[in-house]
Amino acid sequence: MRGSYTRRNFLAMGGGLSLAGLLSACGSPVVTSLTGGQPATADVIFWHLFGGGDGENMATMVDTVQKTTGHSVESTLLSWGNPYYTKLSLAASSNRPPDVALTHLSRLPTLAQAGLLTPWSDTGLGQLGVTQDKFTPAAWEKATIDGETWALPLDTHPFVLYYNEALAKQAGLLNDAGDNLVDISGQERFVEALTELKKASGKYGVTMPTITDPSTVWRWFYTVYSGLAGPIVSDSGTEVTVDDDAMNEAFAFIQSLTQELGLMGGSVTPDLAKQQFSNGDAGFLLDGVWNIALYRDVKDLKFNMVPIPALLGDKPVAYADSHALIIPKSSARSAEREGYAEQFIQGILGQSAVWAGGGHVPAWLPVQESAEFKALSPQKNYVDAAFNAVYDPAGWYTGAGSDFQNQMGGVISTVITGATKPPNGTSQIKRALRQFASTNAPVS
Amino acid sequence: MTTTTTAPGPGIAKVDTTPIDNSGRDTKAGWLFSAPFLVLYALFLIGPVLVGLVISFFNTATVKNDLGEFVALENYTDVLGNLDFWKSMWHSTLFTILTVPFLVVLPLLAAIFASRISRNQWFYRIAFFAPYVVPSASVCLIFSFIYAPESGLFVKALDLVGLPAPDFLGSTNGAWLSLTILTVWWTFGFNFVLYTAALQEIPEETYEAAAIDGASPWQQMRSITVPLLRPTISLVLMLQILASLKVFDQIFILLQGGPNLSTRPVIQYIYDTGFTTYRGGYAAAATMVYFVTLVIISAVWMLATRRRGADA
Repeated sequence: MRGSYTRRNFLAMGGGLSLAGLLSACGSPVVTSLTGGQPATADVIFWHLFGGGDGENMATMVDTVQKTTGHSVESTLLSWGNPYYTKLSLAASSNRPPDVALTHLSRLPTLAQAGLLTPWSDTGLGQLGVTQDKFTPAAWEKATIDGETWALPLDTHPFVLYYNEALAKQAGLLNDAGDNLVDISGQERFVEALTELKKASGKYGVTMPTITDPSTVWRWFYTVYSGLAGPIVSDSGTEVTVDDDAMNEAFAFIQSLTQELGLMGGSVTPDLAKQQFSNGDAGFLLDGVWNIALYRDVKDLKFNMVPIPALLGDKPVAYADSHALIIPKSSARSAEREGYAEQFIQGILGQSAVWAGGGHVPAWLPVQESAEFKALSPQKNYVDAAFNAVYDPAGWYTGAGSDFQNQMGGVISTVITGATKPPNGTSQIKRALRQFASTNAPVS
Repeated sequence: MTTTTTAPGPGIAKVDTTPIDNSGRDTKAGWLFSAPFLVLYALFLIGPVLVGLVISFFNTATVKNDLGEFVALENYTDVLGNLDFWKSMWHSTLFTILTVPFLVVLPLLAAIFASRISRNQWFYRIAFFAPYVVPSASVCLIFSFIYAPESGLFVKALDLVGLPAPDFLGSTNGAWLSLTILTVWWTFGFNFVLYTAALQEIPEETYEAAAIDGASPWQQMRSITVPLLRPTISLVLMLQILASLKVFDQIFILLQGGPNLSTRPVIQYIYDTGFTTYRGGYAAAATMVYFVTLVIISAVWMLATRRRGADA
């Protein structure tokens, strides 16, 4: 037996080797997870939440930036909404965040107030030429909380109206040049247009996801409501400022489209909405600009995108949100890595033209004002929307994919499907808001 | 019965002392073998429960490192007085009421059916068990296609035979129906395996003897199979009640608790408040209330079955 391997020896050796392998690099994730440091598997660790077309664009941008800066980037895609923000905030609060992360500006207040972010003034981004005058003012303002700017806006992405060109033409809704709709603003004209489109399509005038997608119905509802009244909560979300009449009217309008008028399906899942617009079963689609990639590749579908016209009020409303880049605070991050992170942000902003391909309006003015972007269709149609954007009302509980949007969207869905009457919808919304407003804020 | 029990004589008692001496060493080895599990159990179960208990008395934010302000029982009074919490508790209970009967009875019938088949039995066993190994995300994706309005398989099928299809995802009743069908199809297999194992424990001779005595298949099932399976049925029922009360995946993925949070189970309520709105302390208090409820149900069940066992 002398000198021969026993099973025990063999296992011990194998275990030792693999342990040594795991521990060899002091920045390896196994070690850092035990010591509480930040893993250093690349020069810049970047988290985002983009799948689909946006994900591909982001990958292209990251690749380009890697080449130009010469720093390696590890980019991690996490699933959109709640799961993303949960992971991001827990990683940041336990002091092992990524070097750069993406956020919606509507989710920024909580992250900033919890002290999880590095403010712009503490970074070297100013020296790199990333300054206020180069951003869409509305977006920069939204990124500024309590006098400090916490995020660098990448875009503004409004909720818009998609139209099928062939059906719009058939319904007599195209302008003479054929590159936009005729004026269909105001409730009456809008309903008329939908009625014509319904005749043209043979099924529906307009479509959108109305069930299992609370965020989208919330965007639609808030677009309509904001034409009549101001934010539904104010004072950082501690006061409910719902205008009852305006809300009843908004609910009655969106319900009439699916119920009495039958211009839109009442129970439509996201898949069905996509199908209806792609097949020409509906002439209009209400959706975010970011879904442009879903329709661009549909065979024989020619469509255009325009801002949603004024509906109940006099002025059109562009409900929007912005993606922005943040540097989560980490005491373990070296000054060198901090520098890499800043160069990365600068590089990504410089690639905004690629990002605009996903339907977004770049917040980075050097790109937004370039001739190249101004020629980009349909993006050029709704650039103004970025300047007049209405965001989620400010509060610790609001924002993209928040519980707030889920609860609001839940109520709105049942109004759209006809299960809830408009005044009941209003009282349910107010009840939910009062509960949020009276809750001890986890951060302030 | 081939084994007989006899009272041990004095000679046997002497021999029996040796194993008792050994038992000390056996216990030590037992503890040693259990150690890895016990360490993990303490680290990942007992520990977090204690941490949860502590933070339930604070206004802890999930996004901050400190405990936050001490609020004594305020979180508990908030939870107990919160309508949304009780609604979600009811949803978890309703889900249990809807699914448990099917998940206790149908797998039993299927297991008896599969055991009676003499050819290609393996096929039926696999067929019944297979859905159980599919991850929840995939199951929900498949069913969201099946339930889709206008274009979904169920809607089309019902259309074909001229029946009106319920609004599977957009109405509350439709949503419960969708969830019940999905869950029964998906988790059926686990109980099926438990029943199948128990059926194999019943000696073939018992049936033979009964058959010789002229018992019909139905009589055999009523007087042999079901009574001998009673401990298993009781086990399955308990496991199923606890599993159904813990529902989260399918409701969250398929409906996000909708429409209008009318199916949101209590676990999602805890998730929504604790992780989405960052109210860690409050969510911990809600968890404790829910935890105590589960413990009470388990304890009542254990007492009830023990008494029945003693009666028998």
